[in-house]
Amino acid sequence: MHHRLIAGLALALAASPAVAQDRTLTVYAPDYFASEWGPGPAIKEAFEAECDCTIDYQTGDLLPRLKLEGARAEADVAIGFDSTEMKQARETGLFAPHGVDTGALTLPIDWDDEVFLPFDWSYLAFVYDNEALDEVPGSFEELVAASDDLRIAIQDPRSSVSGLSLALWAEEVFGDEVEAKWAKLAPKITTVTPGWSEAYGLFTEGEVDMVLSYTTSPAYHAIAEEDDTVSAAIFEEGHYMTIELAARLAGSEEPELAEQFMQFVVSPEFQSLIPTSNWSYPSALPQAEWPEGFQTIAMPEKAIWLPEDEADAKRDAAIEAWRQGLSQ
Amino acid sequence: MRWPGGIAAGLVIALTLGTLGAVAWRAGFALRLGPADWAAIRFTVWQAALSAALSVTLAVPVARALARRRFFGRAALVTLLGAPFILPVIVAVIGLIGVFGRGGLLNEALALFGLGPVSVYGWHGVVLAHVFFNLPLAVRLILQGWLAIPAERFRLAASLGAPVGRLLEWPMLRAVAPGAFAVIFLICLTSFAVALTLGGGPRATTVELAIYQAVRFDFDLGRAAMLAVVQFGLCGAAAMALRAAGAPETLGAGLDRVVERHEPGGRLIDTLAVALAALFLMAPLAMIVGRGLPGLLELPAGLWAAAARSIAVALGATALTLVMALALALRGGALARLSMLLPLAASGLVMGTGLFVVLHPVIAPRDVALVVTMLVNAVMALPFAARVLAPAVAQAEAGHGRLADSLGLHGLSRLRWLILPRIRRPLGFAAGLTAALSMGDLGVIALFAGDGQATLPLLMVRLMSAYRMEQAAGVALVLLAISLALFWAFDRGGRVDAAA
Repeated sequence: MHHRLIAGLALALAASPAVAQDRTLTVYAPDYFASEWGPGPAIKEAFEAECDCTIDYQTGDLLPRLKLEGARAEADVAIGFDSTEMKQARETGLFAPHGVDTGALTLPIDWDDEVFLPFDWSYLAFVYDNEALDEVPGSFEELVAASDDLRIAIQDPRSSVSGLSLALWAEEVFGDEVEAKWAKLAPKITTVTPGWSEAYGLFTEGEVDMVLSYTTSPAYHAIAEEDDTVSAAIFEEGHYMTIELAARLAGSEEPELAEQFMQFVVSPEFQSLIPTSNWSYPSALPQAEWPEGFQTIAMPEKAIWLPEDEADAKRDAAIEAWRQGLSQ
Repeated sequence: MRWPGGIAAGLVIALTLGTLGAVAWRAGFALRLGPADWAAIRFTVWQAALSAALSVTLAVPVARALARRRFFGRAALVTLLGAPFILPVIVAVIGLIGVFGRGGLLNEALALFGLGPVSVYGWHGVVLAHVFFNLPLAVRLILQGWLAIPAERFRLAASLGAPVGRLLEWPMLRAVAPGAFAVIFLICLTSFAVALTLGGGPRATTVELAIYQAVRFDFDLGRAAMLAVVQFGLCGAAAMALRAAGAPETLGAGLDRVVERHEPGGRLIDTLAVALAALFLMAPLAMIVGRGLPGLLELPAGLWAAAARSIAVALGATALTLVMALALALRGGALARLSMLLPLAASGLVMGTGLFVVLHPVIAPRDVALVVTMLVNAVMALPFAARVLAPAVAQAEAGHGRLADSLGLHGLSRLRWLILPRIRRPLGFAAGLTAALSMGDLGVIALFAGDGQATLPLLMVRLMSAYRMEQAAGVALVLLAISLALFWAFDRGGRVDAAA
């Protein structure tokens, strides 16, 4: 007991000179982002090394929290918005222009938004075990037409961004026929989970043959588990993009730090942390500089992407078509 | 002493109706229910009714067997049969899929006979899970009814050669079963986590799931408030039916007595009933252990800190729940009954959001994340704890209340000398129940948590969202073990030196 006290005191004394870092950058982030298995800790370490400040992550549902707190939000920066919720985020009116030159971005689409800055992205895809599944659909149309023995887990568009992106993707591919296509797909959909992780868990347990995930999922298995049996089915109609965004808050008390952080987001240092910590493509790093496991995984040829107004306008109809089609 | 009960009731009402009021005040009501909402309401009521009916029906032969047979390991079996009720849903789903999933035990067994495969996903998956959780409760309630039949009557009936079933058991079931049905119906009305993964699709949407979507995704608080009111309405109607059916206000604590019966036969049926129930309830637990073992080799670094946090929250919630339940039991009356019911109808998410709205202007929500989680867990477990304690307190008062009056025992000394010594067993049982329920609840921590505040369920969620499914299964096993250990320790503690 006594020893511990002394050791504690010694530690506190030794640590005190280093507490020159009295500036704090408060970052709102989703729970997964800041957890020890997400990209948060490495990004914090890298930024703190150059900013002479401390990053304080506050985790939770990003948009609900910002809407609840409004102008009282403590955040200087919010990171981890999904591109499907961009319009609602913008409508809060809480954000200031990021001030970053978007010319450095390497997305497959043009991006010149002044407020929301992409920090990573991926394509939505159906992922499968390439040793177990023989007939892999080469298009969304083929997936719909596949045998009803195929077992697929997807996510609910009413509770997850990936589920919502899927509904928009199907809407974009099938147009007016989308509800009928959902009905045709229905027998193959084993279950609908509220979020990505429950569905992916069913896939790794072998409960389903295919799961709605990302083209970057196989990279996790290849790199972290040295397992090459997981692949993403590439559809010829193209794949819906998921883009994750950061923005800085207009009411920030540390505007310069926040601006510095936004610049840091597109820096090679930040960007090179993304692939193997968030298992997605970096948004501002040429493909040649991606880790090896990311070079070899299958890449769609065509990107599908709806600008925020269009996505917002189609959202309710796409969800209703999904619900009706699967309820028949 | 009536005022502590008043305070407890006030706290319950503030946390249930008050938080709903705060959410509604912030957002206003969206006074419109779409076709999808009506579909959700229909499914909610329908699945709850079916789940409750099946649980009660299946519980009858099991309860009868436990009532009239004495066999080796009976006491251990009665305790273990209670496990599913306190099992964290997030963990239970792993076990249910291990047994009933595509590669599960059931389909492997069916394949031996060239049958199957059967799918667990869909409305029947939701009902299956609800029966899994609530069959033990139904068995407990009905067993209570059996044990309440005086042994003399069985003896008399046997000596007269009268039909025991028609004369004694059927009237008892008619009195007890509707109440058991109503309690389980109420529990299944607001259960939501089960429907998430096993539901199979949008047809299996429940009201609570719709609230989850409104709060966490659409952030349509007006809609969430509206749906929460619908849920209170549904539960209110069910509760009134429950009272009309003369439902028991108890969950039954001491069940170790075996009815002395002089009746030949039925041994095969009894053996079968107990064996099948044990298999149905234990196999998923075994699967959780099996799936979790590999993960134990690579438990994450933050595990024990998270476990300590979860245990601290559970113990805090337990203390608070016991004090509130005791206070309500001592007060009695309509207000106490309402307080024992309200949390069953409340949505944890609406409660959490309401607390956020109220607290945010005063204090940073994450500074009180664990306290808030403890508070919400305590209130959510109150209906169960209170139903265990209230009858025991009433019994103690009925038996010795006058004597205590004549001795001038009031206030704390009355509690100390009259009540507490006589309710040790139910107190231990209630404490175990509350601690285990709180342990497994992901609850509102996900809305509030900051750095270094993860509880065990939240740790599981984090691992799962980072592809680490095997580690998550290991954490699930640790969670299961701690939940059961807490339950066992409290339940056991109540039994030491206590009269049976």
